[in-house]
Amino acid sequence: MRFIFKTDYNQDIRLFKHEGTIFWYGMLGLVLLVAPFALPEFYVGELASVFIYAIAGVGLMLLVGFTGQVSLGHAAFLGIGAYCNAYLQNNGVPFVLAAPAAGMLSGIVGFLVGLPALRMTGIYLAIATLAFAQIIEQVFIRWESVTGGFAGFPVPKPTLFGAAVDGDREFYFVCLVVLVLVIVAAINLLRSPTGRAWVAIRDSEIAAQSMGVNLAIYKTSAFGISAFFTGIAGALFAHKISYLAPDIFTILLSIQLLLMVVVGGLGSLHGAIYGAVFVVLLPLFISIMRDYLPANIARQPGLEPGLFGLILVLVILFEPMGIYGRWLKIKLFFSLFPLYKRATFKRQKTYMKSERLR
Amino acid sequence: MLINGLALGCIYGLVALGFVLVYKATEIVNFAQGDLLMLGAFMAFTFIATLGLDYWIGLVAAALVLGLFGVVVDRVVLRYIIGQPQFAMIMLTIGLGFLFRSFASMTWGPDDHSLPTPFTSKVVNVGGAIVSLEYVSIIVGTLLLCAVLYAFFRYTKLGIAMQAASQNQLAAYYMGIPVKLIFSLIWGISAMVATVAGVLLAPVSLIQVNMGLIGLKAFAAAVLGGFGSIPGALVGGAIIGVIEVFSGVYLEEGFKDVAAFVVLLTVLVVRPQGLFGQLGRKKV
Repeated sequence: MRFIFKTDYNQDIRLFKHEGTIFWYGMLGLVLLVAPFALPEFYVGELASVFIYAIAGVGLMLLVGFTGQVSLGHAAFLGIGAYCNAYLQNNGVPFVLAAPAAGMLSGIVGFLVGLPALRMTGIYLAIATLAFAQIIEQVFIRWESVTGGFAGFPVPKPTLFGAAVDGDREFYFVCLVVLVLVIVAAINLLRSPTGRAWVAIRDSEIAAQSMGVNLAIYKTSAFGISAFFTGIAGALFAHKISYLAPDIFTILLSIQLLLMVVVGGLGSLHGAIYGAVFVVLLPLFISIMRDYLPANIARQPGLEPGLFGLILVLVILFEPMGIYGRWLKIKLFFSLFPLYKRATFKRQKTYMKSERLR
Repeated sequence: MLINGLALGCIYGLVALGFVLVYKATEIVNFAQGDLLMLGAFMAFTFIATLGLDYWIGLVAAALVLGLFGVVVDRVVLRYIIGQPQFAMIMLTIGLGFLFRSFASMTWGPDDHSLPTPFTSKVVNVGGAIVSLEYVSIIVGTLLLCAVLYAFFRYTKLGIAMQAASQNQLAAYYMGIPVKLIFSLIWGISAMVATVAGVLLAPVSLIQVNMGLIGLKAFAAAVLGGFGSIPGALVGGAIIGVIEVFSGVYLEEGFKDVAAFVVLLTVLVVRPQGLFGQLGRKKV
């Protein structure tokens, strides 16, 4: 077991806690740099979509996992980012400007959604964001001059400083760079006063308010920044799927994004990444398994959503900290080896916790 | 047209009623209510169309099966989530909804089915307007169901026990009410209401795997009426239904689909407690 002896306050807010993490993240970085040249093209593309989902996951994690605000409407932000990026590029704006602009637009919309959200908590917020997403979906369908209506429109290949990003490998590196930037930005936000304020709001709004946290500012900023990251992910998503149509950005996508955050592990950036890996690889895994299963099971169209639902239910019931929580437990088990006790992670239940007046 | 709107609204109201019953008792918002409706409709389809039972017997049988199913789901899954954060409940019921939908598409296939009813393609003359009997059957069915539920909650011991358990769990325990059993039964009733709504809806829209998405609009009804108010859910449903049909006729194309959500957002911003609800400030 490793003990970190702290001699300086700055040690608390370091990016890397100790040498071991630097080594392992370095190894991960090396593997990711070499991977596109070692893997077949198809898997490179899948890895790129893992990165894109991870960017959206980090955005949603800031809102759900750290600020404690539920959003059932993040597919709308993804969609706004995707449409804005594609529309700007079709009108001659280069990718380097269009993608951040897409993020900004999505962020502004997110900020505006955050304003009425100040008055709502819990289920009301979930329902309100759901309604917002439904309205945005109709906007995508009806605003034909921009979005092309039901038919949609193809997305051009991105160009980066004059060079066309047309292969899966090049696109992989674009996504990787954006993901790293987003993660570093998120870590920096979280170790700053902003992030601390978000966590305080998540744990208790009233306590946070008593400590001088301005709820209005931090809640809307959480919505705005979360939507900004999701919008950036949407911009990359548009290039990944290469054809935009409104039926992609439905409530089901919103739920998939939430599922990613929950299965990965709420309240940790690692969780967003694990969740993205899970969400992208599960359909892949299912399609591989179809060849080995008996035909009458393998041909069922409802197999995939059913498995997603089953895993979601099992995770919520048995492992509320998600994949990352399970990883922490395994790590702790080995570092404490003979002394591990199960009660360390026992959930505390609060019965009679009510949001109604009694 | 008003009748059509009211009929649609009654369906929303019934689904919203299911939300409200469960929410009042257990503080769980059941995002799978729409999928329970779908399961109920499919179950009735099995009894009536496949097994060839009489419409009424099939309806009752389907409601009983779904009621039992609701009790089982509560006992096996939802019991363990009470006391967890609300977010966990939302995700859990969403996951359950996915499971139900997948189950339905595996059992009955992804195709649309139509349910033969005694009301199909008949019309009646209501005060000079020719209305198809299907819509009238929805309104009459809803009113009947409400009367039954009202009598149940008002005059039976079990119903009063349910009210008590919803109002204050701890006090209900002290009075010797088996609160856990009551919660399971409330889930059962909520599933039965969903089944009746599904069967009433079946002749108007086809029975298909995704008919549960109507649950999203029922949220608007529940919020408009004030979450946690039973008459509010029905009135809210009726208002949403009428608004939706009228906006489909008088406003541009596309407004019909979002009308319910626009109303929902407006209500949440302007009057979060809804028309009939009471909203309490949370105490530290």
